[in-house]
Amino acid sequence: MNRRDYLLRKIFFSLVTLAVVVVLNFLLFRVLPGDPVRAVIGRNVRISADTQQALREQFGLDRPVFPDQFLTALGQWARGNLGVSWSLRKPVSEVLLAKLGNTLLLIGLGQILSIILGVALGLLAGWKRKTAVDVGALTFSLIAWAIPTFWLGIILLAAGSTWLGLPTGGIVSPSNVGKPLYTVLPDVTHHLILPTLTLTILYMGEYMLIMRSSIMEVLGEDYILTAKAKGMSHWQVLRKHALKNAMLPIVTLIAINLGFTVSGAIYVETVFSYDGLGKMFQTALVKQDYPLLQGAFLLLAVSVILANFLADILYTYLDPRVKAS
Amino acid sequence: MTSTEPLLSLRHLSTEFSTTDGTVARALEDVSFDVHPGQTVGLVGESGCGKTTTLLSIMRLLPVTARITSGQVLFNGKDLLALSETDMRRYRWKELSIVFQGAMNALNPVMTIGEQIREAIILHDLMDKTHANRRVNELLDMVGIAPSRRDQYPHEYSGGMRQRAMIAMALACQPCLLFADEPTTALDVMVQAQILELLQKIQRLLGLAVVLVTHDLGVVAEVCDTVVVMYGGKVAENGPVDEVYNAPQHPYTQRLLEAFPDLNRPAGSLAVIPGTPPRLNALPPGCRFAPRCHKAFERCRVEAPAETDLGGGHTAACHLLEKAEAHQ
Ligand SMILES: Nc1ncnc2c1ncn2[C@@H]1O[C@H](COP(=O)(O)OP(=O)(O)O)[C@@H](O)[C@H]1O
Ligand code: SF4
Ligand SMILES: [Mg+2]
Repeated sequence: MNRRDYLLRKIFFSLVTLAVVVVLNFLLFRVLPGDPVRAVIGRNVRISADTQQALREQFGLDRPVFPDQFLTALGQWARGNLGVSWSLRKPVSEVLLAKLGNTLLLIGLGQILSIILGVALGLLAGWKRKTAVDVGALTFSLIAWAIPTFWLGIILLAAGSTWLGLPTGGIVSPSNVGKPLYTVLPDVTHHLILPTLTLTILYMGEYMLIMRSSIMEVLGEDYILTAKAKGMSHWQVLRKHALKNAMLPIVTLIAINLGFTVSGAIYVETVFSYDGLGKMFQTALVKQDYPLLQGAFLLLAVSVILANFLADILYTYLDPRVKAS
Repeated sequence: MTSTEPLLSLRHLSTEFSTTDGTVARALEDVSFDVHPGQTVGLVGESGCGKTTTLLSIMRLLPVTARITSGQVLFNGKDLLALSETDMRRYRWKELSIVFQGAMNALNPVMTIGEQIREAIILHDLMDKTHANRRVNELLDMVGIAPSRRDQYPHEYSGGMRQRAMIAMALACQPCLLFADEPTTALDVMVQAQILELLQKIQRLLGLAVVLVTHDLGVVAEVCDTVVVMYGGKVAENGPVDEVYNAPQHPYTQRLLEAFPDLNRPAGSLAVIPGTPPRLNALPPGCRFAPRCHKAFERCRVEAPAETDLGGGHTAACHLLEKAEAHQ
């Protein structure tokens, strides 16, 4: 099987998954309690029954759920129209896009740092197995992995703002709001330090643990002995033969973690009042803003599917065997 | 038998493993044998008797739990055990190379066959990339693989082809000594024969010295000049194949050969001798073979036999032979 066939198959399965997710996402919000019209007009009971009926017609809620409402929703989603947020009175897609950038910035930084540090630490620990370095790194990682996000966030927030004078929340200082990003970069960096650090520590432990066990397994393989027998130094063996093989599980983990960007960001963004998808999600949940939640769910699902698809593509470059299976 | 100096000479080599339960497994004790240039030496013995450990000790590729406690490994008169790790690296593959048991796992799954062969040539600075590429093609051709398949990955090769590729790789730097650790295990019978034939062809073509680890006494009879029979981490008997096969002196060798040739036993396996090999972390005090030896007597259980020189390069370690020597 060549790469093209492999990719076509993966695309097909991604699309099937997407279809299932779309249907589920539609159904989920039909079975949830609550009357959308009620939510829009709030507690204003004085709106006449006629007006309420007009609103229902406007939202298409008077027609049968299937197929009319479903097909309408499908058509709208396909055009990028995710409906209007009840609480913000703005198109959902607009709200999501505005928050997405902030979240990607935070998660991206956190992921990059935790991958680099975690993988490096895992390599070192696996290589220097059973030494003090290994035990230290292992202890740190287990703690980092087990620690509750909320708790670590609050501790770092308290420590960082008290002793280092770092900002307690937000992305920019109030005085800088609305200015173009590049002019306020130092300020943004300042704000990003603590939430990024929190994310880095949280994810680093996981990457380190996976990398450590992966490299230990790979170093015990026969082809490593072959490489040593060829006369390679430990370092050459590690770089040319062990690393690529040991990185395979990490690629999967990265895909999973990136896919769960939004959900992963909820706690950190809430603790640091960081204006991203996670915080928006939490607010939407509290306010029962169904269209917004539905949009966020859709985005979440699509990003999981996309991340897995990217991992599959990357795999074909890293591991020639996947095409054969 | 040969007048030349040995290419490789093991002198009283002993290797231990420290095990997880805190005991020490004496995997090799006092192992000595010679390999002369261009000669093929068969290394036989039950599973776990120390054949692989012997090869890994020579190449200094033992796992960290293992330690060479004494002895010398003289290669062209130079003790490899006394070299620094950096100097030792220059000997690996360039002078001594090895074909491992399971070719399935001995090749890196994410690297093309061609690259894995070329890598060794480049590593030892033998030639530039263009010449190295040409050499890879020659090597593949020599072992019967179409050079057009050099850019394929190990999983695209059959088991036999992987072992051929492994052999091509082992020859990449023109070593003068090749170790082959059960090179045909896990291959089907037809392919086994082809691989052995290939090894023999190459041995003759390049005048290589080969140490062949095998379970198959028939193969030893066919391709080897001398045979080293190991039992429980020690050399039981060592000598020219003709002599050892016609007149085995050690009771263990005798038992192995009594059942040979046995047409009922699948090729590639040794005769089953009643009893189990010694546990290397709880060795019997005397001769390691005593619990299973049909000729054992009191002295065997208290004192380990020394190696007796039977002349003509034939040696064996058994108290019965010491007596014979004393009588002479
Ligand atoms: N990694 C290891 N750790 C502990 N003991 C080992 C290890 N490898 C080999 N040994 C011991 O050394 C003995 C010889 O093993 P090996 O050289 O692999 O035997 P062979 O190749 O003849 O089958 C085994 O019986 C085992 O007890
Ligand atoms: S020394 Fe004794 S036990 Fe050992 S092989 Fe000879 S006769 Fe058998
Ligand atoms: Mg072995």
